[in-house]
Amino acid sequence: MTYDLAVIGAGPAGASATIEAAKAGLDTVLIDEQRAAGGQVWRAKGPAIKAAPATPEGKTGDRLRAALAAVTADRHFSARVWDIERHTDGFRISAISPTGALTIETRAVLLAGGAQERVFAVPGWTLPGVIGLGAATALMKEQLVLPGNRVIVAGVGPLLSFVAHEIIRNGGKVAAVVDLNPLSVWLRCLPDLIGSPGLLVRGAWWRLRLWAAGVAYFHECGIRSIEGDRAVSRVTIGAVDANWCPLGAATQTYDADAVCLGHGLAPATEASRLLGADHQYDGGQGGWKPVTDDVGRTTVPGLFVAGDGAGVQGAAAAQLQGRISALAIAEDLGLLTTREWRRRSAPLILRIGKAQRFGRAMTALTIPRPGLIEAIAPDTLVCRCEGLSRHDIEAEIRAGANWPNAIKSGTRCGMGPCGGRYCTETVTELACRITGKTPGEFGIPTARPPLRPVPIGCLSGEFDYDDLPIPPPAPL
Amino acid sequence: MSQAFDIAVVGGGILGCATALRLAEGGMNAIVIEKSDLGQGASGVNAGTLSLQIKRVKLMPYALRGWAKWQAMGAAIGFHQTGGISLAFNQREADLLQERMTMKAEAGAPITLISGRDARAREPGLSDRVVAASWCPQDGHANSSLTGQYYRHQLRDARIAIREHCPVTKIDQTDRGFVLHGYGETIHARRLLLACGGWLKGVAALLGVDLPVRARVNTVSVTERGPRIMNTVVGHATGLLTMKQKTNGTVLIGGGWQGRGSPMNGRGLVDRDTLIPNLCLAQYAVPEIARLRVLRSWTGFEAHVPDFNPLAGALPGTKNAFVLGCVRGGYTIGPYISELMGDLILGRDPEMPLFDPSRPFDIETATRRIL
Repeated sequence: MTYDLAVIGAGPAGASATIEAAKAGLDTVLIDEQRAAGGQVWRAKGPAIKAAPATPEGKTGDRLRAALAAVTADRHFSARVWDIERHTDGFRISAISPTGALTIETRAVLLAGGAQERVFAVPGWTLPGVIGLGAATALMKEQLVLPGNRVIVAGVGPLLSFVAHEIIRNGGKVAAVVDLNPLSVWLRCLPDLIGSPGLLVRGAWWRLRLWAAGVAYFHECGIRSIEGDRAVSRVTIGAVDANWCPLGAATQTYDADAVCLGHGLAPATEASRLLGADHQYDGGQGGWKPVTDDVGRTTVPGLFVAGDGAGVQGAAAAQLQGRISALAIAEDLGLLTTREWRRRSAPLILRIGKAQRFGRAMTALTIPRPGLIEAIAPDTLVCRCEGLSRHDIEAEIRAGANWPNAIKSGTRCGMGPCGGRYCTETVTELACRITGKTPGEFGIPTARPPLRPVPIGCLSGEFDYDDLPIPPPAPL
Repeated sequence: MSQAFDIAVVGGGILGCATALRLAEGGMNAIVIEKSDLGQGASGVNAGTLSLQIKRVKLMPYALRGWAKWQAMGAAIGFHQTGGISLAFNQREADLLQERMTMKAEAGAPITLISGRDARAREPGLSDRVVAASWCPQDGHANSSLTGQYYRHQLRDARIAIREHCPVTKIDQTDRGFVLHGYGETIHARRLLLACGGWLKGVAALLGVDLPVRARVNTVSVTERGPRIMNTVVGHATGLLTMKQKTNGTVLIGGGWQGRGSPMNGRGLVDRDTLIPNLCLAQYAVPEIARLRVLRSWTGFEAHVPDFNPLAGALPGTKNAFVLGCVRGGYTIGPYISELMGDLILGRDPEMPLFDPSRPFDIETATRRIL
């Protein structure tokens, strides 16, 4: 059968869109890599920790999961989408699920893949024990596993206080929180936050608890180096200026066995790029994002994007965006009259402004600044999959490889299992410094399938040699 | 008026760059104009196979000489001579293999027919379903990703001008030669060489010339790094598989399975319906690759004309303009045929015959064959 709509990603945007689409009468299918809906922000507790007390984030997720369970839509969890092809009358999605290969035909696709972590290299960041801030939240939300026994939480953005708070709450020890931003930036964005008092109070509560627990919280500070023989054992920090550039000598060294490091989130654009949608660079929304209209329509007919994948704006905005997109798809496919679409969309559109203001203010705190590059030593690995240092990449750029695909071909940068998710932003910043281009001019490497690494054996499945459609031999 | 070059080469792949180098050696002031980055078309995205077993009989003398050029380039382009094995899994394929490889051996490639058992002795990771095989000790591979980097250095050392990200949108003919218009650039040149592969048809059309060029959309895939499971280049009797494990442990899988798209309407796209059988065939040949993860599949445009022979000579009906392209096995043959082309443009006698682009093409027959 052909679905009306396939939603990829069951986080705030995707799950909300599925509920709205099902209510509007669309034959909808929802696909997600995780075991349950909720995405990263409202990640469900794993089976081993069901009895643990619920967090506010967990409760919000539980409400969403309950609402999703109440509607009629097919759903595939633990399913890894590896390819999406656009054909004349719709899309074909290929996934690997626990029951084997999965093919889904659909008239429209809503990408709700969310964001990916952005981590800029610092000396020692590839040592075992260093994980992303987002990864730390996943460990704790799903498994109640702490990142370490004595943790440094470093980088920029709202996840710093959340991760530190969760470590403390779950009985761990935070050696220090190291925030590149001054406290004043938080105060300066208060006007944008006031419209979402619930979230504001929650953030303030994390800071209060950290203060009460006596956790050292350093503003205008960054990591100078992470050291250790086989894993993290020491972390040295120092002051930074307004551009996040190291300022003066290092000030303090901490014993620590883990570092949670993150510099904001970037839209996960691999699927929208694979499908050939136009993209634009917007530092204020996490970097490269698909070009969309108000309801999430991309430049590819039938392809929509909602949530952080369309520009990082946070969970509250994502939920509303998902619903708005679902209604627009229903109208495009003729399942809602224009009048009915307007009636249902109007209250959502009224509410989304405040949510977007809050989310964008949070993302603005993480816009990369020159200091992120200053902090990378010449021999620090930038592409960890292929073992390439800052020096290796800069040498290639200086030799004339001035565009993403040329750098990638010459050095193999970004050709490993992470698919460039770790290094693309850093390479972009390095190239822009040398060539004088803006990130938007520099561009982004071509996206190719599979969207995630997939074992050949999973793709080949059971097959009979005689059934392989081997074409006639090449001309002699 | 800006400086006039002796020749403008449109296309920064192997053919364009290597011909420009030959022309510079001969004293010409050349410029290479490329619509994206050097070596990012077929030259840089093919599977890097330097195997004589998959070369056309008629082009074998060129392939042998091209192979020697790659050997001389050596480590700078990741040259490896590993030997290659082509496989037959049933009697029909064994017959096909015998017929094809006998002709290629007669054309000069050191290919011998061996048993399935011998094939497995040389390549222990092969499936035990191999019934017959052929072996060529000269087969091997290079790293096609390095094409752009390699030629960028070569062109710079030879002081050849390069324009990247400069698609040519208009070509005017004047009594003094050609005026090429690109991205905010106007380039004057006395001569012109079109060496832009799959994009030949569109660029020749700027001069009012209709070249019967089509493009195949070849698919290539690469796996993550894995333990050593194979040492040679493994192919298939039909020519529809190439597979080798690089020194870094990744396995590169090609064979010319067709994706979608065309050079004129944008990019090539991987087609799941051909990608999966391509991977199945690879796994059937070397079963251990089943547990390796595919990291990336991509496509490259391989240009050809109806008779599958190269275009190498004067551009029909256009004075001082030349065309080089549609070389089947062009990765292996490219560096050599480019020297011949350079010699022709320099007014020297090429040591091997070239392929006149003005020859008649039986387009009807060729179309039926492709379909």
